[in-house]
Amino acid sequence: MLMNLIVVLLMFVAIGAVIAIWTRDLLSAVIAMGVVGFTRTVVFVLLRAPDVAITQVVVEVLLLIILIRSAVRREVHTVEAGRNAPGMAVAAAFVVVMLVLGVIAIRELAPFGQPLEVRAGDAPSMTYIKEGKNQTGSGNIVTAVLLDYRGYDTLGEATVLFTAVVGAVALLRRKSRKRADEAAAPEPAGEAGPAIDPDGNQDLRIGQEETE
Amino acid sequence: MKKLATEEREGMSLIVGTVTHWVCAFIVLFGLYIVAYGHLTPGGGFAGGVILACGFILLMLAFGRKRLAAILPLSRASALDCIGALAFWVLATAGILFGGGVFFKNFLPLGKRLRLWSAGIIPLCNIAIALKVCASLVLVLVALSVLRVKAGGTDEDFITDIEEE
Repeated sequence: MLMNLIVVLLMFVAIGAVIAIWTRDLLSAVIAMGVVGFTRTVVFVLLRAPDVAITQVVVEVLLLIILIRSAVRREVHTVEAGRNAPGMAVAAAFVVVMLVLGVIAIRELAPFGQPLEVRAGDAPSMTYIKEGKNQTGSGNIVTAVLLDYRGYDTLGEATVLFTAVVGAVALLRRKSRKRADEAAAPEPAGEAGPAIDPDGNQDLRIGQEETE
Repeated sequence: MKKLATEEREGMSLIVGTVTHWVCAFIVLFGLYIVAYGHLTPGGGFAGGVILACGFILLMLAFGRKRLAAILPLSRASALDCIGALAFWVLATAGILFGGGVFFKNFLPLGKRLRLWSAGIIPLCNIAIALKVCASLVLVLVALSVLRVKAGGTDEDFITDIEEE
């Protein structure tokens, strides 16, 4: 029953993702991305992963705000450029390859719902589950793993975010922009040069910034 | 376009403003709860930090960038970002000094389990991460919306208020 529900929800995710790519209207694409994110949140809740679900839902809300602010309410409402046939062929081939690899990987997984100790009683993560409460004193095992056993990973993650933000703010601050404006001053047509792309590709660029 | 951008700077309608006044404190409170209880209930520094950032961003959307700059100027946001990252690193390194030479050693007393004051450095790490994530995301949105207006290319003084701070 739970499995069927999850399969139906995952089909929603797939349909939303396809619509987000297919539609030419930017607002529709953003809404379809919202469908993908919020459906995934429901799947995480059904799989009893509240930590991931909370993170997913708050990040999704923030992402939608940023996407709507940057994609909608501008002159560019629809994507005009034609579809790129070779690129789509490569993407389709990639999707097929990943699908096959994914099916192979899923075959190797334990059956759904089987507890860890049945399959691998001596795995390192069994120690986390058994001793985590006493060794770290944390009631939430996810936090215990994130901030104690795997603290290195969290530190690396924080460093990645820090570096990305430092890069973004350094690139977009006023000082460098002013200099670029002065350089572009002789030809006023190019004044909006650093930020705008004549093909309306700036949405793509903003999207990339955000994924960082 | 120019008119649109000016209206946007002043914020949204009275209804949105009033609701924001009511809701914003609860959003921030919920974020603080998620951070403070990260070692006891689902959540933690990252999720709580994002919720706090959502509170600030709601203020910015409803009342305009000036209002956000009054509460959290860019310089202060950058400082919080650095303080959060540095505090996390210091907590990890303090394990070397006080915990017998182990990076990320939980050197504080663990306390009684399932109490708010327990689990040693884990709540402190959560707070540091929340500061960092909240400041980072506010900075990202401000930077990106400056880029957005610049792409419109009509409103010049919108860009200047990033430089004032």
